Amino acid sequence: MRVPLSWLRDFAPFDLDPIALGETFDDLGMVVEGIDRIGEGLGDVVVARVLDVRAHPKADRVRITEVDIGAGPLQVVCGAPNVAAGQLVALAPVGAVLPGDFEIGRRKVRGEWSEGMICSARELGLGEDADGIMVLERDFELGSPLTAALGIEADVVYDLAIEGNRPDANCVVGVARDAAARLRLPFAIPAPTGRTGTAVVAELATIAVECPDLCPRFTARVVNGVTVGPSSALVAGRLTRAGMRPISNVVDASNYVMLELGQPTHPYDLDLLPGRGLLVRRADPGETLVTLDGVERPLSADDCVICDATGTPVGLGGIMGGASSEISPSTTSVLLEAAYFDPMSIARSSKRLNLRSEASARFERGCDPEGIDRASSRFFEILGLGEVAAGTLDVWQRPAPSPPVRVRTGRVNALLGTGLADDDVCSLLAPIGFMVTPVGDGLHDVVPPSFRPDATTEIDLVEEIGRHHGFSRIPRTVPDSPHVGHLTPYQKARRRLRDVLVGAGVSEAVSSPLLAPGDNERAGWAGALIEAVDPLAREESVLRASLLPSLLKAVARNASYRSPDVALFEIGKVFRVPAGKRGDLPDERELVGVALAGAGGGAAAAKQVLDVVLDGLRRPATLDASTASGLHPTRTARVLVGTEVIGHVGEVDPDVSAAFGIDGRVGWIELDLADLLPTENAYPRAVAVGRHPSSDIDLAFVVDDEVPAAAVAASVRAAAGDLLEDLRLFDVYRNERLGAGRRSLALRLRLQAPDRTLTEADVADVRRRCIDAVSEAHQAELRT
Amino acid sequence: MVDDLEHVEKQAGMRLDAASTVEELRAAETEVLGKRSALAGLHARLGALAPEERKAQGQLLNGARTRLSELAAERAAELRASERAARLEAERLDLTEVLPGPRRGHLNLVTQTRDELEDVFVGMGYTVSEGPEAETDWHSFEALNFPKGHPARSGFDTLYLDWGDPESTLLRPHTSPVQIRVMQSQPPPIYSIMPGKVYRKDTPDARHTASFNQIEGLVVDKGITFGDLAGTIEAFTGAYFGAGIHARLRPAYFPFTEPSAEFEITCAICAGAGCRTCSGTGWIELGGCGMVHPNVLAAVGIDAEAWSGFAFGFGIDRCAQMRHGISDMRILLDNDIRFISQF
Repeated sequence: MRVPLSWLRDFAPFDLDPIALGETFDDLGMVVEGIDRIGEGLGDVVVARVLDVRAHPKADRVRITEVDIGAGPLQVVCGAPNVAAGQLVALAPVGAVLPGDFEIGRRKVRGEWSEGMICSARELGLGEDADGIMVLERDFELGSPLTAALGIEADVVYDLAIEGNRPDANCVVGVARDAAARLRLPFAIPAPTGRTGTAVVAELATIAVECPDLCPRFTARVVNGVTVGPSSALVAGRLTRAGMRPISNVVDASNYVMLELGQPTHPYDLDLLPGRGLLVRRADPGETLVTLDGVERPLSADDCVICDATGTPVGLGGIMGGASSEISPSTTSVLLEAAYFDPMSIARSSKRLNLRSEASARFERGCDPEGIDRASSRFFEILGLGEVAAGTLDVWQRPAPSPPVRVRTGRVNALLGTGLADDDVCSLLAPIGFMVTPVGDGLHDVVPPSFRPDATTEIDLVEEIGRHHGFSRIPRTVPDSPHVGHLTPYQKARRRLRDVLVGAGVSEAVSSPLLAPGDNERAGWAGALIEAVDPLAREESVLRASLLPSLLKAVARNASYRSPDVALFEIGKVFRVPAGKRGDLPDERELVGVALAGAGGGAAAAKQVLDVVLDGLRRPATLDASTASGLHPTRTARVLVGTEVIGHVGEVDPDVSAAFGIDGRVGWIELDLADLLPTENAYPRAVAVGRHPSSDIDLAFVVDDEVPAAAVAASVRAAAGDLLEDLRLFDVYRNERLGAGRRSLALRLRLQAPDRTLTEADVADVRRRCIDAVSEAHQAELRT
Repeated sequence: MVDDLEHVEKQAGMRLDAASTVEELRAAETEVLGKRSALAGLHARLGALAPEERKAQGQLLNGARTRLSELAAERAAELRASERAARLEAERLDLTEVLPGPRRGHLNLVTQTRDELEDVFVGMGYTVSEGPEAETDWHSFEALNFPKGHPARSGFDTLYLDWGDPESTLLRPHTSPVQIRVMQSQPPPIYSIMPGKVYRKDTPDARHTASFNQIEGLVVDKGITFGDLAGTIEAFTGAYFGAGIHARLRPAYFPFTEPSAEFEITCAICAGAGCRTCSGTGWIELGGCGMVHPNVLAAVGIDAEAWSGFAFGFGIDRCAQMRHGISDMRILLDNDIRFISQF
């Protein structure tokens, strides 16, 4: 909201530095988003007459003008489409410095000299219009300073962001009241001068309200003998500075009142209202209305329509008027609607119709039903012409006053951390309109003003007291937590998992879990998916069911930037439809996914990273050849802890990699963190390290490819018994001599006894047992 | 015999000098000092001499033997030194020509930032709480004092999910539902932070992405005040951003807190002097905060007269953006290894 300082000064004597005043607004929660200084840098701009306009020989878009500032013709090149001979315009001559430190020089425009610039309102900081030059409406002496000619006074315009709970601050008066209270300045809203003629409104028009729930208060007043024309310079100037375009005296008066008091009003051409009256009702389903913006809107029974007395809609209550009864140059009688609409209904209608206006924004936050009379009186005062009919048509179901809010000084201090006295509660609340009655024992009965619909409970008033006392004046303390801060075992293990992966050469990706339609399926997912309703972008509309699509996209993206050899992991949520009954929420799991692409990628690399991860988390697991959706059918294994499957390791199905545009093998691990990570700290018991010499045995078995190496190792482990300290596979070997479909697996066993040096007989015994066990279980031959 | 000795010693000295390796020296040593050496031969002749003569000649012989032994030891040291020098020279390695071995990976910047923020709060006695990203409308809005149709809801541009009744399930627009879950599951005093991913229906641009990371904090205890909130925010901004970075609170509106405030911190770019980044104000907006609204405490069954609390929230990504000078937030979700490996 744009608020001119000159306007604020109508209500309180703000004479401090404009920057300091801005800081006061900030400190009260009315955030200053910008400060414009109007009329600064205009001292050099003068009134000039355009004598002649001709085409530029070398440029279509600009023309050459002859202008006079009372000292003979000057040649000025002008790009505005609206420049014409005879106009009075604002000229910045050579040497002038315009707002924004923009200095005008003598320069050539495509070969033609220009001795200055004819200005637009925007260039002068006098309005938003940048489409053409500003044409002066009245006659002024050539060469006279523009500021003097237009009566421009320097001004400061604040652009304020007003919070949703401060409907009172959505107007000049509200901002002035808040700031005056903080600055201890006197604040007053002058009473509008009443001015009524002999006619009585009840004889000129009628109103009826059929839906008081949507429109609790509806009033109408009438003024006759109006001549529609331009507004006064003061009204037009203030509207312009506040960011509204002046239209006509009637419309401007309505806008002026809205900006000043926060109460929207709507003027109708009374002669264009069939039946000379208004009817407020719910719209009929299927009914439509052409609003002032020329759009035909389909209505519903939740919308409040304003109709003429015959029942034909002429406007959407509190949101936008219709075209049929719009004020026109020929209007002479004006019916002024000033009403209070239910905030929630306005919000709903405005959202459903996707139609927002200055009026609807104010009504949906909550206007002041008690402020309506002042607003319509102010309208007539600003309009300043015509004969105002006596009386007001008023349909109002005035609610019973709410009981006062009980405020406890002790509670205020306990919540704010202040040491305010009972008197402070009163002196902080009274200037912003609250009626405070001390009732003893540090208690107060507080009646909120009608323009503060947000303040209905004690906590609301605690906030107002804190706000006006000043947040920066509240002493800062840090509470002592009675707890020892800590991460959970799961959180600690998750950090360790990340560190282990980073140590293993894998970098961390973070992706949005929202995917494009088809991404999950491209990654082989065949199950049900969860979609966003009415997403903004199709590319982010479906939740991922696996980390595979996210990481494959990341791999493909890196490959497209010539980094095909990437090792990436992600720890993130996936969302699935549970197999059984649907709960309140989707089946959401936290997984870790690892993708190893390019050189150094593939299933074997994935297995090696998995070993590091499992070792790092002290989580022994076994593998079991098996595939899963999207993964390579013959190069994938399930990862089991005990009998529980915690994920998969192996390689991405080549068709899936190709579908994401990736060449080459992609090693893959996906594990469910709920199964992988501990929920309680586990501290392994120390095992004494053997002090006696150990003995090694190397055994190479030739077995069929169908026999997993893990199975051979398991047989050895079982057969070797307690003396086995370590077992590792150190060579895998295939050749023609061994025959197709067979390979040699070389294992190294390290044997050790805790209490003695092993004898040759001990070692030979273990060796024999292992050979027998493996030969028998796997039809293996010992390679010698 | 004296003449013989002189000759033998001279010959033996030449023999030792001639050895060019440690091995040759060992052989020469045996040759000149061993049992079959000329010196040993002379020694054998001592027995035939008269006692006095034997003593004198014996002394001369021993003198020659000692000198030759010393010469051999000296020579051995020389040869060992030159052999070591030659061997080491042959082992010379240019360490800058070594091919790179396995590289370490990189933690995502977002994770590093989150971990550091978590550590600050853990140090202040907080726990770290987490919850679902797909949430119920009740936990995300209703329990937080945003009834259905509340105008403040429109500020969130919530992404609802096709799950259950219409608008019953959503991708959480803030981590506040975790606050609700924490208060439902454990009695006060509560000192906890809630980091995690949140979602908005925003068109991605330099400052917004549809999913981003937020950290919220919640304290519920006896006698918690707005001053405690302001002090806590000041403490953590100083701890994370460094001494000299301060916080200020400005009144604001959120349905779930009252009084509510937005907090700004000293612009780290200009140290508060005013620059383009902070629009000349010297302050940068970081997040929102306030005293937990009594309606929120009531929704989770905490007696608002006995307990009070504060909550705050701010963007993890935004902290990273400020600290590392990231101009476009979208890069955080690009997973471009050239970006990830910078941190």
